[in-house]
Amino acid sequence: MSETETGAAAAAVKAAPADDEKPLLKVEGLVKHFPIKKGLLQRQVGAVKAVDGIDFEVRRGETLGVVGESGCGKSTMGRLITRLLEPSGGKIEFDGTDITHLNTGGMRPLRRDVQMIFQDPYGSLNPRHTIGSIVSAPFRLQGVEPEGGVKKEVQRLLELVGLSPEHYNRYPHEFSGGQRQRIGIARALALKPRMVVADEPVSALDVSIQAQVVNLMDDLQDELGLTYVIIAHDLSVVRHVSDRIAVMYLGKIVELADRDSLYASPMHPYTKALLSAVPIPDPKRRTQKSERILLRGDVPSPIAPPSGCRFHTRCWKATEVCRTTEPPLIELRPGQRVACHHPEDFADQQPQDTVLLSAAKEAAELVADEVLAESAPEPASEPEPEPETAPDSESEPESEPESAPAKDSQRAAEESTEK
Amino acid sequence: MTDLSKTGAAVGEPVRAGEPPQAFLEVRDLKVHFPTDDGLVKSVDGLSFQLEKGKTLGIVGESGSGKSVTSLAVMGLHRLGNRGKNVQMSGEIWLDGKELVSASPDEVRRMRGRQMAMIFQDPLSAMHPYYTVGNQIVEAYRVHNKVDKKTARRRAVELLDRVGIPEPDKRVDMYPHEFSGGMRQRAMIAMALVNNPELLIADEPTTALDVTVQAQILDLIRDLQKEFGSAVVIITHDLGVVAEIADDILVMYGGRCVERGPVDKIFDEPSHPYTWGLLGSMPRIDRAQTDRLIPVKGQPPSLINVPSGCAFNPRCPYADVPKGGITRTERPELREVGSRHFTACHLSQEDRTRIWTEEIAPKL
Repeated sequence: MSETETGAAAAAVKAAPADDEKPLLKVEGLVKHFPIKKGLLQRQVGAVKAVDGIDFEVRRGETLGVVGESGCGKSTMGRLITRLLEPSGGKIEFDGTDITHLNTGGMRPLRRDVQMIFQDPYGSLNPRHTIGSIVSAPFRLQGVEPEGGVKKEVQRLLELVGLSPEHYNRYPHEFSGGQRQRIGIARALALKPRMVVADEPVSALDVSIQAQVVNLMDDLQDELGLTYVIIAHDLSVVRHVSDRIAVMYLGKIVELADRDSLYASPMHPYTKALLSAVPIPDPKRRTQKSERILLRGDVPSPIAPPSGCRFHTRCWKATEVCRTTEPPLIELRPGQRVACHHPEDFADQQPQDTVLLSAAKEAAELVADEVLAESAPEPASEPEPEPETAPDSESEPESEPESAPAKDSQRAAEESTEK
Repeated sequence: MTDLSKTGAAVGEPVRAGEPPQAFLEVRDLKVHFPTDDGLVKSVDGLSFQLEKGKTLGIVGESGSGKSVTSLAVMGLHRLGNRGKNVQMSGEIWLDGKELVSASPDEVRRMRGRQMAMIFQDPLSAMHPYYTVGNQIVEAYRVHNKVDKKTARRRAVELLDRVGIPEPDKRVDMYPHEFSGGMRQRAMIAMALVNNPELLIADEPTTALDVTVQAQILDLIRDLQKEFGSAVVIITHDLGVVAEIADDILVMYGGRCVERGPVDKIFDEPSHPYTWGLLGSMPRIDRAQTDRLIPVKGQPPSLINVPSGCAFNPRCPYADVPKGGITRTERPELREVGSRHFTACHLSQEDRTRIWTEEIAPKL
């Protein structure tokens, strides 16, 4: 009886809408610019805009996945929210406390609650320390005396992550990559943190080992009620582990959505291109190659990011407005926030602006015809938006001067689909 | 089944030692062993495969399964460096009617670059940082062709253009560090293709790259293969990549081939428990969300003390399925289980089909 009650309670907590409780982590307008210095006087001549104004929140108990290409600022973001780096601007709130500019001493009590798992299991463990001393370091640093003594607790942690307690006196070089990653996880969990930021936790591991670690992290989340922020470039892994996913491009979040909506119907062209580029382990799909969107060239330099929408230099839908105006990250469908003037499968946010940029015309050559037809700007080709999303989407652009035509096209779309 | 009885159950295909091959590239019972202080590392231990021109072979396996050493051996590069000094190599590698294992280093060097070329995983360390990209391509061209510098440079620009590098006439004079990762990989492909090689070996060509760039590079390799009709060996740990590009797949484990066959067979009716494990370990973006991945338990084997019998037996969930008196310590040889589809496993055909259709396939 009591079991079913607690089970029901747990379910209720999970199902409770996130708006009711405060998010565990709230980030507003977070900015990190790394200065570029030159000359004898080390004058600042520019800045690498690694993270350039991002807003998001992490809800209690969820897993937020962060994806993007290398250089999009996802790792910098991870180091900012764990305050391993000092933000250049914006605000980070952890559990209601502003931690944006706390100094080392001020952060120390919070270090118990926020821990990090690093990408490289070879570089993140000190080769001259035993596993016991590595995993017990958090206790030493925090002055915590766990129940039953440090050694016992460390051995319990080792068992928790699937290692043997006898490994206590061994050195990191005696372990394989997957085992080292488990040691890193044991260390991160030592102080029973509430949030764990994992930066590419499995990308250095072989496929079969990768699955072991993914499952382990999954089990630990259920067992300990952890909140994860998982940064990765592998879109299949991120889909497997995340509840919500943020897609980053050049220091900005371009789309932030529930896992299922994001993978089923990505709205930002970049997300769409990114998803279409993932190689599918199914040879039968080869005949459907035409669905693939090939992006031109590389990500532009974050030192001088493109004006307006940062993706416009590689986007096949880019118009004049994309070059001049930066699209805001707004909720177009429930649980799906997108920063795009011409989102996929949705009413155009700037329908009067239809002249493609020359870069877009070139980019369009690389996009399959089907995709182009699907994402063509005319509203008639749009699939019907879900009824409850319609009012949402209409109210959103109201703040902008172009809201009237946007509404019109929305209506036109609805009419055409009704017919 | 009749095929099985004809060829003999234990033989993958008849090994005609010494006979010239029918296929363009044929590797027969290749063994590459490295003596070390800790013991003999059997990186490749009896590998055979064939590859025709215009076809692509994907070699899949985990780190330490011997896939890179195989490619180095084909290129004759295993001898280089310190560890190659007393490497023990046996078997045969036939390329276009020539045997490479017994050939002198000079003969192999004349073929390398011209008939066979290689694309490495990490273009930053595979290119020389002191020379411009153009110089490195020109060098590769002039070694094999008696042309003046101008002609060679024109060829370099032409190739950089072909592999999709913008402004090739300017880029040709730049240094590797001035290129982005994707561009460096393109430049390396240009370098490999400068002499129109008939065999192209790509060792993890896209592992260091982002998915969007990976898609570009795979597309490029595919196009170039169509254009030049070369045979391509692509080595990777990513089953997604081989599904995209390969005609045949060879799955390696512990220095040996555990399964080999046409790409659709390997994905539709994989027959080795290790292949099942690889497929189960992979989160799939094209399938409905699964709750859990099915990992392969345990760790990859040490190549010094390879487990006796099937190298996979300590990790194999089906090692204890009765196999008609065959013990664990007996080593399974490649057997034909379908047309051109070979597997090295003691499981009987019925058990295999039952386990795949009832236990594995529904969970993937």
